[in-house]
Amino acid sequence: MTAVAYAWQVGECLLAIALAPLFAGWVGQCRAWLQNRSAPPLWQPYRVLRKLFHKDAALATHASWLFRAAPYVVFSTMVVAAAIIPSVTTDLPLARVADAIALVGVFATGRVFISLAAMDVGTAFGSMGARREMMIGFLAEPALLMVLFCAFMTYGSTALPSVVEGALSQHAVVLHPSLFFAGVAFVMVLLAENARLPVDNPSTHLELTMIHEAMILEYSARHLALLEWASWLKLFNYACIGFALFLPWGIAVHGAGIGLLALAIGALLVKLVIAGAALALFETLSAKLRLFRAPEFLTMAFLFAVLGLLVYLLLGV
Amino acid sequence: MAPLSFATQVVQVLAGALLLISFAMLAERRSRRLLILLVWQGVVLVTSTVLVATSAHLTHLYYSAALTLLLKVCLLPWILFRLMRKLGIERDNEPLVNVPTLMLVGLGLVIFAFGLAQPVTALATTVLRHTLGIALAVILLSFLMILARRKAFTQVIGFLSLENGLFFAATSTTYGMPMVVELGMALDLLVAVFIFGIFFFHIREQFDSLDLDQLESLKED
Repeated sequence: MTAVAYAWQVGECLLAIALAPLFAGWVGQCRAWLQNRSAPPLWQPYRVLRKLFHKDAALATHASWLFRAAPYVVFSTMVVAAAIIPSVTTDLPLARVADAIALVGVFATGRVFISLAAMDVGTAFGSMGARREMMIGFLAEPALLMVLFCAFMTYGSTALPSVVEGALSQHAVVLHPSLFFAGVAFVMVLLAENARLPVDNPSTHLELTMIHEAMILEYSARHLALLEWASWLKLFNYACIGFALFLPWGIAVHGAGIGLLALAIGALLVKLVIAGAALALFETLSAKLRLFRAPEFLTMAFLFAVLGLLVYLLLGV
Repeated sequence: MAPLSFATQVVQVLAGALLLISFAMLAERRSRRLLILLVWQGVVLVTSTVLVATSAHLTHLYYSAALTLLLKVCLLPWILFRLMRKLGIERDNEPLVNVPTLMLVGLGLVIFAFGLAQPVTALATTVLRHTLGIALAVILLSFLMILARRKAFTQVIGFLSLENGLFFAATSTTYGMPMVVELGMALDLLVAVFIFGIFFFHIREQFDSLDLDQLESLKED
């Protein structure tokens, strides 16, 4: 059992790393269609990565080791996160070791390193972006934790595989009003954490309002490639957390055969296609918030998650 | 806990949606979108009433659902839309101070309402007794909205949302009020909105705006 499980653990990580740029490309394509632009090809992110990996890196004179190490750290935190999240199968040895609270910690580690690296060179843009990122982060993190607690209370475990197994083991259809609240809150956190539209515009590259782009402005070549890849992985990871918590259908549970696993990969792809299109639609419909409205947006997310907990206590489902 | 029927589960989800809409109303700045949220609240209310009527086999609830549909989803929003256009406040943007604090106060009210509903729930016999807490929370949140708003128009929307909360409380605990009471309330509501409309024009004539802070200038120093 263990050898197969470890093989799937590695396989799932590699799948996440390989699919993340594709997912980003799909979101970009949908956005372009919705805005009546001619869309870039689906594999555009892979081309970007190849181009960046072939270039020579330029470093600022005052850049320290931290600046050089940060892309690798950030990328590896996202890979670890992908290993914990049950996107295809719940039979993950690593996910049994680290629960979803550790997962939030892994995301926080990545955020701290990218912010430190942004401040390291000492440009105005970098430190401004880092400060904004920390502000968004410290507001989004409690909201994310509350969303997770809501699911934990419903299924009685803090490990994501157990949550998925709990949801899939219900025989009749059970609607959870509490999880509807948590779902709304989760979408808001996803948008804020991944620098998507109401909080940050992912398509701007030189603007005073940018957050994520401001932090990686000083990076080039392979470092930039890793950071871009890490941000795509982060979006992919958040999407997979959302599927695990709210749409677990199709994920292969403990001890499933190869046929069910293939089915699980198919289900994951279908869910990603739908989620990407929905994300693009939402981004096209919404306007960017002023930066000082962002706390309001994230307070709403926190509040919805807490309301989910309260509704769970009141209704018992 | 015994498994609930699917219709009851859907009603519980709709109750959650009502609470969600109440919070959205609390934070909404534009009058136009606030009115649209009120219409959505009415739609959710009608759907949940119809579902309760089907699952409990009560014919009089169908009538009250129809009455709600007619009055709260069609007639009152239409009157208010017309008023809004006549008053020229369609694109009005009301300044709200400190929305996060307002939200946290709202959360406190929800906790209070849920605690308040607990003993009542223990005595009620309907399947939907658990949603009474949500209904109470909607009522209290509407009160908070009326308190936090400065414009007369948005306060009226708060009043109507308060009535929606009361209606939901009645359906969830006792399967609706007697028909006479419901008809009386509907008529009251209609008349109230007409009177509010007349008042809007009077207030605006007097102060050139619907901002109620200006009413304080009536005081003599």
